[in-house]
Amino acid sequence: MRRPLGKRAVPLSLAALLLAATIAAAAQPPAGIVHTPYGPGQSQRRLGAALFAANCASCHGSLGQGVAEPNPRGAGGVTGQGPPLVGVGALAPDFYLRTGRMPIERAGEQPERQRPLFNQREIRALVAYVASFGGGPPIPHPHPAFNRLPDGMTLFTEHCAGCHQIAGQGGYVTGAKVPVLQHATPTEIAEAVRIGPFVMPRFSPKAISDKELDEIIAYVQSTKNLDDPGGIGIGHIGPVPEGMVAWFVAAVVLVGICAMIGKRARA
Amino acid sequence: MIRRAVAFIDERSGSASFVRKALRYAFPDHWSFLLGEVALYAFVVLVATGIYLTLFFEPSTAKTIYHGSYAPLHGMKMSKAYASAISLSFDVKAGLLIRQTHHWAADVFVAAIVIHLIRVFFTGAYRKPRELTYVIGVLLLFTVLLEGYLGYSMVDDLLSGMGLAIGYGVALSIPFVGANLALAIWGHPFPGDPDFWSRMYIAHVLIFPVLIGALLGAHLALVASRHHTQFKPRRVNGERKLIGVPTFPGQAPRSLGLFLAVAAVLVLLGGLVQINPIWLWGPYHVGSATNGAQPDWYLGWLIGALRLMPSFDVVIANRTVVPNPFWGGILFPLVVMAALLAWPWLERRARGDRATHNVLDRPRDAPVRTAIGAGFLTWVVLIFMAGASDRVLVFLNVSYASQIDFYRVAIWVLPLIVGLLAWRLCLGLKAKEAVEHDQRAAVRSARRAPPPAGSYPSRAAIGAAPPRGPSAGRTKRRG
Amino acid sequence: MKIGPKALALLTALGFLRGGGRRRPPQRIVPEGSSDRRAELLVAILLFGAAACAVMFVVVYALDWPNQTQYLGLCLGVALALIALALFVTGERIIVTEHLEEDYPPPGDPEEEAALAQIAGESAGPITRRRLLTGAAGAAGAALGIALVVPAASLGPVLDTESLYSSPWHRGRRLVGEDGKPYRAADIETESFYTAYPEAFVDREELAAPLIVVRLEPSQLELPPGREDWAPQGIVAYSKICTHAACAIALYRTPRFPEAEPGPALVCPCHYSTFNPATGGTVEFGPAGRDLPQLPLMVDAAGYLRAAANFSGPVGPSFWGVRTRRPSA
Repeated sequence: MRRPLGKRAVPLSLAALLLAATIAAAAQPPAGIVHTPYGPGQSQRRLGAALFAANCASCHGSLGQGVAEPNPRGAGGVTGQGPPLVGVGALAPDFYLRTGRMPIERAGEQPERQRPLFNQREIRALVAYVASFGGGPPIPHPHPAFNRLPDGMTLFTEHCAGCHQIAGQGGYVTGAKVPVLQHATPTEIAEAVRIGPFVMPRFSPKAISDKELDEIIAYVQSTKNLDDPGGIGIGHIGPVPEGMVAWFVAAVVLVGICAMIGKRARA
Repeated sequence: MIRRAVAFIDERSGSASFVRKALRYAFPDHWSFLLGEVALYAFVVLVATGIYLTLFFEPSTAKTIYHGSYAPLHGMKMSKAYASAISLSFDVKAGLLIRQTHHWAADVFVAAIVIHLIRVFFTGAYRKPRELTYVIGVLLLFTVLLEGYLGYSMVDDLLSGMGLAIGYGVALSIPFVGANLALAIWGHPFPGDPDFWSRMYIAHVLIFPVLIGALLGAHLALVASRHHTQFKPRRVNGERKLIGVPTFPGQAPRSLGLFLAVAAVLVLLGGLVQINPIWLWGPYHVGSATNGAQPDWYLGWLIGALRLMPSFDVVIANRTVVPNPFWGGILFPLVVMAALLAWPWLERRARGDRATHNVLDRPRDAPVRTAIGAGFLTWVVLIFMAGASDRVLVFLNVSYASQIDFYRVAIWVLPLIVGLLAWRLCLGLKAKEAVEHDQRAAVRSARRAPPPAGSYPSRAAIGAAPPRGPSAGRTKRRG
Repeated sequence: MKIGPKALALLTALGFLRGGGRRRPPQRIVPEGSSDRRAELLVAILLFGAAACAVMFVVVYALDWPNQTQYLGLCLGVALALIALALFVTGERIIVTEHLEEDYPPPGDPEEEAALAQIAGESAGPITRRRLLTGAAGAAGAALGIALVVPAASLGPVLDTESLYSSPWHRGRRLVGEDGKPYRAADIETESFYTAYPEAFVDREELAAPLIVVRLEPSQLELPPGREDWAPQGIVAYSKICTHAACAIALYRTPRFPEAEPGPALVCPCHYSTFNPATGGTVEFGPAGRDLPQLPLMVDAAGYLRAAANFSGPVGPSFWGVRTRRPSA
């Protein structure tokens, strides 16, 4: 007689359901992203306008004028509130969209790096559209100055290391998590420095010139593949991983050796 | 030939009989008794590598411009101390290996002392007549903490410079006399006189090593003089007679081998795993800082305490009697040290136990001690963990402020829970043992007095009450 | 003639015979173990292996291989490990491991202790003026001890804490950047932060020297009473040194979108003490117990930023008299 699944049926099917739900959730974009349909001949301006209206206008206003007070009647049930985008040029939207930091679910939450929520064509369209709101800086094209690393390190220490950690490993500032810099491209670094996203300070060319920015970018790039002459790098943040190695590697091995060479007391 | 060599030395020193006693000195055999040796051998590695480092390091705060082989620091203004440490790491062959081995040895040295202390505490080895040995051991621990702090601060890199500034803030925070004390040590408001570096250097390479060596010598001499404790042996009275392996030939290869194994682990770490890459931090300047700056692991409990304190200075009539860093930076470590030092006498008082103890307890044999020790350890470990909350945020995305709130409550609640659980565990283990012991005794007595053929074993044989007779000699149950 | 053992012993003791002339095998001290030839071979192999590694160490040292530190560490570490292993094998299999019984020493020797006390007591016997001599010895010892310790006061200005109140910022001192260039008010932009030092101050490695300068909207300012003119055009300057434990306040939190994001704050990376630049450096988070000292600013005729007076309080961590006065001009 075939044994029915019986007792195991319920937990098994729950597990399967959970797994399916997780996969499905991961495959979905975050709530509220609208990819307006377009064909190959679609004009960039129309595409940009459509995407902006569907995904950005609730928080940034239909013409990028910003929404100062929280507006609960945003598209898709979103409570809209956001800064104006007039005069931000192409630099800001390019940064936020390429690093997946925008759109976010609600105002005031920290925009964090994730996979971009739009494809390349959509990003270009949106960037052009936002830039058209009026003036503003273009996308920067930095040239990292690898021959002036000492200057880059000095500038990075003065302006950046307090938040981002001297080797770009990120950290904490009251109320926000400071991201690691290991994934940032030179363009993204240049953009972030000029914008000052979320609670990061903003450094205009008067505070950090383009030449100095090239030096800083070179320094950040250098932290991505450090030489580590001392051996395995273990994080480049100092004593926390070092203490872990001392306890979980050295102490474990040495106590193990003691246990092997000494005798045990018979119970 | 051995005879001739021995005769040569003995005729000129009279040491043969002492050496004979030393060689046949019996050392009880349990793996956990080797942990203190691991610490000792780490210290030997520290001294050896440290001497090498002093041949290259320049303890001077005079400024220089770097022109060595590490490109990213070219042209930077830095102290000669930092420059010499960079030069040692990049331009001296085997310099980086020795420097890293030295630093790993320091981290492992303190870890070994802590593990050894935990073993000593939970087995009650500190009881009479070994209280003095124990006190010297605790003093050693705290001396070593200070020595390590001075050692890595001497290099004048950004990370350790920030740590020194915090040390200055903590010194200032001592009520009434903090300012005077800090000015005495530093000679001038932070970063202090150039003399301060000379003081750090001589403290680290001479004064403290000699002090540690002397304390260590006294510690070992006392252990030898009173003989090492042992776990309860089976056939003899453990309080009177010690069963052990003689130093020679028995222990010697093991101990020597352990020394080389410790050295091997430290050298392998020193060559293969990077530690304190000072070239990445850059030189220290008063106006510079980096996120994620931490002290070496053995001071993590102090940064945790400093971070957990709420914001207040104790001010009376415009006089700042207790600045904030005092609680976490001075009072907390003093309380821990005082608790550790006072414990043998506290326990004696509480138990009314003034007897000599050469036999160790297993942790389960002293449930209250184990519970209190477990709770105390939990308290310190939680405060230690709070010190790394910012890196936990970066790694695991847990809000920093929430972690601080959590720890502020957990450090008082969790030790009580852990202590209670430890106590129950000890009692449970002892109860289990007692039942097993009774069962074994019953089986033994049943074997010696087998029931008549064809009948079931009587109640007496199974074990409600043991049958009288010479075969029923039960050993006294451990209580 | 057979000589019995007692006679032999007597003759030896009297010097007529050399002791040990009749070689009796001495009683064994170390018990006889069994030999283990395979273990011996293993030990030999391990030791030769260690020798090879040690030689490699010298070779690697002499040549200039890349990743020197790793190879050197590996060679030396493995050499040490192999010798350690050889010794463990020796201890386990080759030499005999005895279990000896020894007596624990009694806790103290009452006779000797009594003798010591007696020696002390009897030596002091002839002394008649005990109290006087004890007092005198105590006075000499204490005074000498104090005298020997007193030179420690030369370590620093132990009794004089004036230096903790001093600062190089006096009225009219210009603010310059890390590169020595003076700051104009127009250089200071909102949402950014600047580090400033006193002009021509040769030794910048002093706690009171570095400032952190930010520009806020004048409408955002809520400075304590008496500081209304300390922030020209909304530019505020504070000591860069945290009042908790002297780390440099190198973090500035400034919202891109103030309507929904946390407001401006100066943050210290050591224990995350957080100070509000709009309210005179009050503590908002973290353990610092004292507000951040503010430096009053003024803009001179040429538009450069200058200090208008000294700090609102001493720079750096709190100490006994930190709230009693402002730094001297």
